[in-house]
Amino acid sequence: MTYASDVAALARKDLLLELRAKETLPSMLLFVIAALTIFHFALPSGTSDVAARGLLWAALIFTALLGLTRAFVAEREQSMFDALILTPVDRSAIWLGKAIAVFAFLVAAEVVALPAFAAFFHGLNGRTVAAVALADIGICTVGTLFGAMAVAGRARELLLPLLFLPMAIPIVVGGVGGYLWFLVLYDAIFALLSWAAFEYVVSEV
Amino acid sequence: MIRGRALAKRFGDRRVFAGLDVDVPDGAFLLVTGPNGSGKTTLLRMLAGLAAPTAGKLQLPERHTIGYLGHEPLVYRELTPLENLTLFGRLYRLPERGERIGMLLERFGLWEVRHERVSTFSRGMQQRLGLCRVLLHEPTHLLLDEPYNALDAEGATLLDGIFEEPRTWVVATHEPQRVERHATERLVFA
Repeated sequence: MTYASDVAALARKDLLLELRAKETLPSMLLFVIAALTIFHFALPSGTSDVAARGLLWAALIFTALLGLTRAFVAEREQSMFDALILTPVDRSAIWLGKAIAVFAFLVAAEVVALPAFAAFFHGLNGRTVAAVALADIGICTVGTLFGAMAVAGRARELLLPLLFLPMAIPIVVGGVGGYLWFLVLYDAIFALLSWAAFEYVVSEV
Repeated sequence: MIRGRALAKRFGDRRVFAGLDVDVPDGAFLLVTGPNGSGKTTLLRMLAGLAAPTAGKLQLPERHTIGYLGHEPLVYRELTPLENLTLFGRLYRLPERGERIGMLLERFGLWEVRHERVSTFSRGMQQRLGLCRVLLHEPTHLLLDEPYNALDAEGATLLDGIFEEPRTWVVATHEPQRVERHATERLVFA
């Protein structure tokens, strides 16, 4: 119960920070709509469903990357990891709170992106929506871990894409193919690994 | 009790310090002085449990008994003082945090601006809020790195007042004359 309330307090804090700063979500929305619009005009008419879905996944992955790049800005610029890890909170709660906030931003971007995709291309089926929802979990859990790792590194703008994009390949494969069980398995394995590994990422000690 | 034996810290090829012994008994006041870059901040981060020594043994109190103020006030700039302290009050699981937060904000002259964003504050006001955050959970061990930074005369006097409280103190400062009379232990970096 304490763990859940810690996670809730940390996620609420991130949502409030975004509500005030209005930096991450508008950028994600603008990017995903611009990308889908470009794809719409770039693809020849009569393009297959699979090709269109592939571009949807590419747009979603890069939109998520944009959100993940911004996820730890306050912790990096204001050294807030120091304050957070001195509290008695389990360090994995910091990861989970952040992952929930990133998930919320990504879902908000997709609420606009998916209808736009449906309008630009060949509609949208329930399987794709389910795959997107499952992929979001994997993207946010793994991406948040790598986001925290990148904060500690020197070339952080380079490090996050280099770490995250290879790990996103299975998500794209599962998403384009509509392999829901594969995505469930990916989420379960990598959420568990990220949860366990976060403690070692945020502290030297 | 904070105890370090043969502590060393390196950043790549650069040796910050080596073979350092530190003892801070409960209730003691360790005054750390030295020029810029001599290792004061590194030592305080180490004693707060935020940085690992490259070599040596370190015995620290429990994490939640430590209050640490670094060069940054360690508060979220897009939140208000009240939101910041409420967040940390929750994370420290303080049972009656409202009362404690109100008392600290009053004490450090921030009550009137409790609903304003920290990003609109001067550096001195942010430092006052940083002190509120550090004192919020009533830590028994306080580690303060240049606590007089950016404080005006009134803020510095408020800070002087907290050193009267019976805690274990580790203070690194370029203004040792302000806290000299409290010091029971001294560590001078060359």
